[in-house]
Amino acid sequence: MAGVSTKSGVVYDARGLVEPDPEPPMTAEIDGDSAVIDATDLTTRKINLELKRVVYDEGVNNVTIVNPGSKHSLGVGILKRCNITFEGSPGWYACGLIDGPEVQINGRVGWSLGENMMSGSVVVEGPAGSLTGAALRGGDLVVKGNVGARTGIDQKGGTIIALGSAGINTGFMMQRGRQIICGDVNDGLGDSMYDGVIYVGGNVASLGVDCVPGEMNDDDVEFINRKFEIYDLGTPPDLKKFECGKVLHNYDALEPSERKLVL
Amino acid sequence: MCGIAGIIHRDGSADIGAELTAMLQSMKHRGPDSTGYAMYGQPDDLVVVRFMLAEPNNMGGFGMDEKMERNRAEVEARLAKIGADLATIQTESGGYAFRATVRYGGDLKPLADYLEDIDGCEVLSLGNSLEIVKDLGDAQTVHEQYQLGNLTGTHGIGHVRMATESDVDLASAHPYWAYPFADVSVVHNGQLTNYHVWRRRLERMGHRFQSECDSEIIAVYLAQQLENGLPLESAMKHSLDDFDGVFTYLVATGSELGVAKDEMAAKPLVLMETDDLVVMASEEMAIRALMGREVESRDPFEREVLTWQV
Repeated sequence: MAGVSTKSGVVYDARGLVEPDPEPPMTAEIDGDSAVIDATDLTTRKINLELKRVVYDEGVNNVTIVNPGSKHSLGVGILKRCNITFEGSPGWYACGLIDGPEVQINGRVGWSLGENMMSGSVVVEGPAGSLTGAALRGGDLVVKGNVGARTGIDQKGGTIIALGSAGINTGFMMQRGRQIICGDVNDGLGDSMYDGVIYVGGNVASLGVDCVPGEMNDDDVEFINRKFEIYDLGTPPDLKKFECGKVLHNYDALEPSERKLVL
Repeated sequence: MCGIAGIIHRDGSADIGAELTAMLQSMKHRGPDSTGYAMYGQPDDLVVVRFMLAEPNNMGGFGMDEKMERNRAEVEARLAKIGADLATIQTESGGYAFRATVRYGGDLKPLADYLEDIDGCEVLSLGNSLEIVKDLGDAQTVHEQYQLGNLTGTHGIGHVRMATESDVDLASAHPYWAYPFADVSVVHNGQLTNYHVWRRRLERMGHRFQSECDSEIIAVYLAQQLENGLPLESAMKHSLDDFDGVFTYLVATGSELGVAKDEMAAKPLVLMETDDLVVMASEEMAIRALMGREVESRDPFEREVLTWQV
């Protein structure tokens, strides 16, 4: 369906939702190795275009985005090491598919934070919605508040740390990686997980299918302490370990190379 | 997808129409097909009747203006016949939606049934404080069409709809009034998978439904529980056991507003609460659109039921 072009040159589709203009707004205030992008009057697409311009074209390593206004899909697909700070709250799908950035969010986030993230870190000062770290492949997600349902669903690597509680089906179909949930966890923890480890500080309402308690060892303690130290999270609480019972999915029959392909 | 929003002022009235519009317009991406409001003003001795006499999609037909006039006269005649003393009646922009106030102390069901017996007539809401306004298009369009900037109230709920399983029309638009209970309304994001079971069950109890939408079931179910003497919060907790599916719904009565999330937490809700004001919406950007600044908010967990009094 043909789009509708306005006097300002913006083109919208039939539902008024698409803005295919590929030009960044060029509004960032750049000062040496730092830049500030005011997102107040920018659409998601324009914010991300400007962020990429500043990081890739201008070579800036420290970017602050102010007034993100809970807009969705901010800071996605950045494949370079840099520092990104959100002063305020992004909406859903923040920082998905990133590979390298260290992100600081001084606010809260909506659903699907860091989906398919490959490396780097995201630290959220407030809570995060459901599906935090969905299909996370690497890097660290640190949420200082609660996280919602299905945290780390289909997680394939990396670490998710929540200082608060987590919702139902946390770690659902988790395949690899670690989660540290300091508070309580609702029903179905680790349901149908293939692999990986979940540490929980509070009460677990119920375990999901094939999720079983594990034995904490020195490596676990060293890992947890190291993560808490890196992110200055204080002393970790007493944690219980949960892992895959390896009954539901019989990967023992697979050769290591096949296993690698599957995961 | 659909988006829902709710607001309750615990310290008096506010511009509830404009506030809900700001929230709903910010969630246009969740549902551009229709927008609806259930707004609660100060309770009055008069009964407010919001009704329509035709679907907006049908207004282009031959003779519709004459039909509207004829049916409006029939509404007035039937109101008089059933003993409802008409105080005011006004036609909204578009010519198919109406707002009337009547002095009426009788049972609301015969009144609603009698009006809906008129060809094309659908009663959108009845009550002493509830007014349901809904129409096709986004929130700004409906706001301007119905001049919602003039409406003040203590609380309200709203809905933006993305039509998925039924037509783009007013019959399928939220909010739903709990026919024929006064001042009970619901907006809902999700699907009830045991809709037909509950519809038949409620029909056997004598209830009738205005639509084929599963959300209307929630409104009537809750109103029936209230009629049976349950507090709103208890009725909502029962609903979590009785309804299958994925849902987050908001319900409002003349004095309360509540939210319930299903056991899978499959549908979103973000909530901001202060001593004076409680605001909730499918997405936080709706809260920001109202407040104009960063606020502390939280996502209720699965099976959470929360209610607030005016």
